[in-house]
Amino acid sequence: MSWELAEEHEAFRQVVRDFAEKELGPHVARWDEEHHFPVEAVQAMGDLGLFGIVFPEEWGGGGGDFASLCVAIEEIGRVDQSMGITLSAGVGLGANPIYRFGTDDQRSRWLPDLVAGRALGAFGLTEPDGGSDAGATRSTARPDGDDWVINGSKAFITNSGTPITSVVTVTARTDDGISAFVVEAGTTGLIVEPPYRKMGWHASDTHGLTLDDCRVPDANRLGELGSGFRNFLTILDDGRVAISALALGCARACLEQSVAYANERQAFGGPIGRFQGVSFALADVAVAVENARNLTYKAAWLKDQGRPIGTAAAMAKLYSTEAAVHATRVATQVFGGAGFIDETPVSRFYRDAKILELGEGTSEIQRIVIARALGLPQD
Amino acid sequence: MNVIVCVKQIPDPAQVGSLDPTDNTLKREGKLILDESDSYGVEMALQLVDTAGGGEVGLVSMAPNDEMSGLRTALAMGAAKAVLVSDAELAGSDALTTAKVLAAAASRLGDIDLIIAGTESSDGYTGTVPEQIAEVLGLPSITFAKSVAIDGGTLRVNRQTEAGYDEVTCPLPAVVSVTAGVVEPRYPSFKGIMAAKSKPVEKVTATDLGVTPVGWAGAGQQIVEVAAAPEREAGEIVEDDGDAHLKIVEFLDKLKVI
Ligand SMILES: Cc1cc2nc3c(=O)[nH]c(=O)nc-3n(C[C@H](O)[C@H](O)[C@H](O)COP(=O)(O)OP(=O)(O)OC[C@H]3O[C@@H](n4cnc5c(N)ncnc54)[C@H](O)[C@@H]3O)c2cc1C
Repeated sequence: MSWELAEEHEAFRQVVRDFAEKELGPHVARWDEEHHFPVEAVQAMGDLGLFGIVFPEEWGGGGGDFASLCVAIEEIGRVDQSMGITLSAGVGLGANPIYRFGTDDQRSRWLPDLVAGRALGAFGLTEPDGGSDAGATRSTARPDGDDWVINGSKAFITNSGTPITSVVTVTARTDDGISAFVVEAGTTGLIVEPPYRKMGWHASDTHGLTLDDCRVPDANRLGELGSGFRNFLTILDDGRVAISALALGCARACLEQSVAYANERQAFGGPIGRFQGVSFALADVAVAVENARNLTYKAAWLKDQGRPIGTAAAMAKLYSTEAAVHATRVATQVFGGAGFIDETPVSRFYRDAKILELGEGTSEIQRIVIARALGLPQD
Repeated sequence: MNVIVCVKQIPDPAQVGSLDPTDNTLKREGKLILDESDSYGVEMALQLVDTAGGGEVGLVSMAPNDEMSGLRTALAMGAAKAVLVSDAELAGSDALTTAKVLAAAASRLGDIDLIIAGTESSDGYTGTVPEQIAEVLGLPSITFAKSVAIDGGTLRVNRQTEAGYDEVTCPLPAVVSVTAGVVEPRYPSFKGIMAAKSKPVEKVTATDLGVTPVGWAGAGQQIVEVAAAPEREAGEIVEDDGDAHLKIVEFLDKLKVI
């Protein structure tokens, strides 16, 4: 048994950490303040190979394991949650559905650019009338000759309106249930609404989408008709582990910055870290970070072993995201008034953390998944 | 175009280093990393090979305990292969011995068009190894390159001087030392890191290379004493009563910097 990542994972971690600190770090506060989506930074992450880690080399990927992707998301997220989710969603929700359920034709059309980080893909599942209850999808796709005509709306879709967004995969109701279609950016009838004004993730791109008689050829149908619901559930399992890694990055950043501050900041004749009121809170965060790390990489390991990950992914996502929110609360408390001021990174992490408990399945949904695995009766 | 880069693996400068009290040399235990001043040479070499449209970048390194982390970083950036010289006998080697070892190691990598080294390492600072390698191999040497280009069989270098730079040329093969900042080193990509673990690294000893004597036995130097650098004295504060600029000019004049 081993609790260590491989030497290459650690070498890779070091590179991503350097990259994040040098290439993203100096700019993240400004991106946050200006709600700016930094295309160049995304493409620099692409050059580093981050969007391609888990895909086979024949599609331009790195042929790496899922643990490596988690390392990348954790390290990027430790410096900037917005770029962390851009990466996580770009891989998990953009490229992954096309890789997992696409035909070779579809893969060769869209994957190379997504895998290289030259383009971003989005996944439109949530609708204004239903997120958790995704089975209640109302959007429809009606066959018309060799085409499908899609109508409906989608809410809160990450990476759906960036200057480099190439595709949005949307779910829509067909005669056979829920199916998925790849809609290319710029398709007539795909209306990208203005970006949301969000509490956090300011540098991440989120839009509502309206599909108004949006016509796509049958060649853009992803997977079998009626398989959309089943397929996106597996996509979400992977995504939850990735979000867990993102949350781990957030919690670690808060812990590291709080410890540094508690060693420096003086009150009542010495550093505040000597007060148990501060140090015990940080000790608890350290335990949470350790747990979040173990749950995240255990789930990643299960996936890399080809084992089922549903429950492990739900546990990791639930625990890590709640740990991240807790860590940001502690960090802003340790920083005192400065923790409430935008210039302090912990203030940004505080605003960024909440969404972690909501996206890709709320905490309640994770508990439902875990409870179901316990064999408890379901509503 | 085959380029060899001499890369040093050094203790992480972010960690506080310490000296071995028995011989006054820097302790080099545990994990070493690629000396940042050599990452410029690696990048330069990769670009030159790329421009030439063929050939490869080889690495030579001398390090204790079969240490390879720094070499793996350079391989992950894109170098093709390496020779690692690791031998307990090498402890205490001076710059000339190091140059002999690296020159012999470089010769194991086949035909050489160019050898690149940093002007000096970040942990030793002797700043003499590149020129000594050139002498050992009987090759021309150009130092302090701030830009490097290959023009047929000729090496063209802008050589940093105090006043600006000199344009220098010499025939290939040659040895050139490059300054920090000569190019922007790339980050190793994910694929590069994964590929690096299967790239060939030949491990040899000083005896394999036929270089003797080495280590303290071969050193023409001895470190007799190490003294702490004097504490910095507090600077002089010039209060501005309207004529501060004159006082500053006077001060700079005294220092002979203006
Ligand atoms: C910034 C951002 C980015 C996003 N990106 C994407 C994206 O790229 N693609 C995408 O498809 N979606 C995306 N989402 C949507 C996100 O996944 C949903 O918001 C989330 O799943 C919750 O759905 P909802 O908002 O409809 O809330 P609801 O489902 O309406 O839930 C409201 C509350 O009720 C609770 N609840 C619901 N059902 C139950 C139950 N059975 N038992 C107990 N409690 C329950 C929920 O946990 C929650 O607390 C994003 C959201 C945000 C804010």
